[in-house]
Amino acid sequence: MNKVSPWIWLKKNLFSTWYNAVLTLISLLFIYWIGLAFIEWALTLAQWRVIEANLKLLFVGYYPQELLWLTWTTLGAIVGLGGFSWGILSSYSSLLKRKSLVILGIICAVFISVAFSVDRSNYILLSLPVILVAGYFLGKQLKRLFPELKSWLALIWLLSFFVLLWFLLEPIGIDRLSGLLLTISVALISILLCFPFGVLLALGRQSDLPAIRWLSVAYIEIIRGLPLIGILFMTQVMLPLVLPSNLQLSQVITAIAGFTLFTGAYVAENVRGGLQSIPRGQTEAAKALGLSPPFVIVLIILPQALRAVIPSLVGQFISLFKDTSLMAIVGLVDLLGISQSILANPKYLGRSAELYLFLGLIYWVCCYSMSIASRRLEK
Amino acid sequence: MTDYEIDTKKNKSKASEAIIIASNVNKWYDNNFHVLKGVDLTVYEREVVVIMGPSGSGKSTFIRTFNALEPYQKGSIEIDGIKLSDDLKNVDAIRREVGMVFQQFNLFPHLTVLKNVTLAPVWVRRWKKAKAEEIAMQLLEKVGILEQAHKYPSQLSGGQQQRVAIARALAMQPKIMLFDEPTSALDPEMVREVLDTMRTLANSGMTMVCVTHEVGFAREVADRVVLMDSGTIVEIATPEDFFNNPQEERTRQFLSQIL
Ligand SMILES: Nc1ncnc2c1ncn2[C@@H]1O[C@H](COP(=O)(O)OP(=O)(O)O)[C@@H](O)[C@H]1O
Ligand SMILES: [Mg+2]
Repeated sequence: MNKVSPWIWLKKNLFSTWYNAVLTLISLLFIYWIGLAFIEWALTLAQWRVIEANLKLLFVGYYPQELLWLTWTTLGAIVGLGGFSWGILSSYSSLLKRKSLVILGIICAVFISVAFSVDRSNYILLSLPVILVAGYFLGKQLKRLFPELKSWLALIWLLSFFVLLWFLLEPIGIDRLSGLLLTISVALISILLCFPFGVLLALGRQSDLPAIRWLSVAYIEIIRGLPLIGILFMTQVMLPLVLPSNLQLSQVITAIAGFTLFTGAYVAENVRGGLQSIPRGQTEAAKALGLSPPFVIVLIILPQALRAVIPSLVGQFISLFKDTSLMAIVGLVDLLGISQSILANPKYLGRSAELYLFLGLIYWVCCYSMSIASRRLEK
Repeated sequence: MTDYEIDTKKNKSKASEAIIIASNVNKWYDNNFHVLKGVDLTVYEREVVVIMGPSGSGKSTFIRTFNALEPYQKGSIEIDGIKLSDDLKNVDAIRREVGMVFQQFNLFPHLTVLKNVTLAPVWVRRWKKAKAEEIAMQLLEKVGILEQAHKYPSQLSGGQQQRVAIARALAMQPKIMLFDEPTSALDPEMVREVLDTMRTLANSGMTMVCVTHEVGFAREVADRVVLMDSGTIVEIATPEDFFNNPQEERTRQFLSQIL
């Protein structure tokens, strides 16, 4: 970015013509008015106690108090892994770069401020930035020893995901998850399942076998014509009917099935776009080299097609993440569900604005980090 | 037609065996367009055949039947003793023996040059990665791309990409190489480097079938030149006869357009 004096920038971008100037002034007034009202409310009328008192409930729900260390360990592992990946992916001295320092500073500030508002967890939270930086340096060191490590990163994350999930769920069972923990678990499991499902559907739609092609088309078009909430109700009611009665599925699993079946159809359409964007010459060249059809798809077509649709796939995953809030409607206690039960407590009567604002912030942080991650992935 | 084939063997030192035998090949596209109307061609080992003809005459379609990229409906094609039929086993076997170079290069853009070349040896021939890479490097050196081995195709010029495509096809150690207008998509200053590579390959004794309009290449390298027009073979002759003394009116007309 080249430096322009702020006055010139203002003049060029906001006051270039008289109607732009008017628009700018009106917008400024509007922002000022809203902002002032908001700050006034936030500082005087709002009672943020509702969030402070319920932080644990919002984040990990009814996770048993005596097992809480499991969730802390998991968080620590994720942060450490994050730092590790950062160390591996970063260019040479990027920890010293201003941008990285700013990010690190924000993370520390958030942790420290949260740490002093929650009782026993202070020390653990304070240790997280340390774990992050430790992971970063470990990543840097290992990168020097094993330059190939970069290509294993995705696999490392995938394995850690399963291990950590098992670690968290083993003592209590998936049904007793709640709060943000439930939201994130359901979203991640559904993403991991709907991605391969969607890819298979997209390939099925391109298949030479008419039966497979028509089945895929029918599935995709039917699902895309139905609202997600309807599919969620259907999986809650219908899956137990078609499954043998001794196999009682938990509500969480049926919800995951619903999200997977639904988002799979959309993923398929995105992937199909990618498949169609690959020129025919690619398939021909691969065939001419003697590669058999499965190899052509796995080695040549899919890698290119998927790379081309990363942005739209991530968009799909972000909407899946937000859609998990529909779990509250089918009776599960996800982040939204638990907020509703907090608000049902007479102690917090009328505190919905504060709580929902906070929910919005959490959802935004999660979705925004996904879109940042996708931009890194594209490179 | 047979007498052409016999007398043109004169500039081959050894008498050699037929390696491609296409007889009475007929093909209709899905829309009932009769694109190949009973084409006969026999290619001998170590021979270089150049196919010329106006655009749309079916040249690409014809040579693409040799490695089963295009199915045909009537007639027969035999490659190195293997009948080309719908049997998938035969198709696999033939594709291992026949390498192809395309007008648009068709390199795999998501793989480095080296990976482009080693892909098929590793996944089809099941060679060890180290062996495949060693041979790939030798081939890349031969086509003059050694320094670019770890770049991606988009970082190379058109001529370099086409030479990588040749190395990629050669890595499977084919007995026959098909070229479909390998220089038509190139800027003029890059045509020569690709033709030089092809010339070297021909001198090394590779059996080659080339669709090209490079008259200089055809004169110098080809053993026989074929003219195709609207799905049939009009004339087959040695380069001298083809360019200096064509027998068919259609050939004369075609030459007057390109010379
Ligand atoms: N997939 C296809 N479907 C229908 N017609 C085709 C197809 N591919 C090529 N053709 C037609 O077949 C004819 C021969 O094509 P082609 O073999 O590419 O000719 P050439 O390589 O000699 O220019 C052309 O008229 C072309 O329009
Ligand atoms: Mg052609």
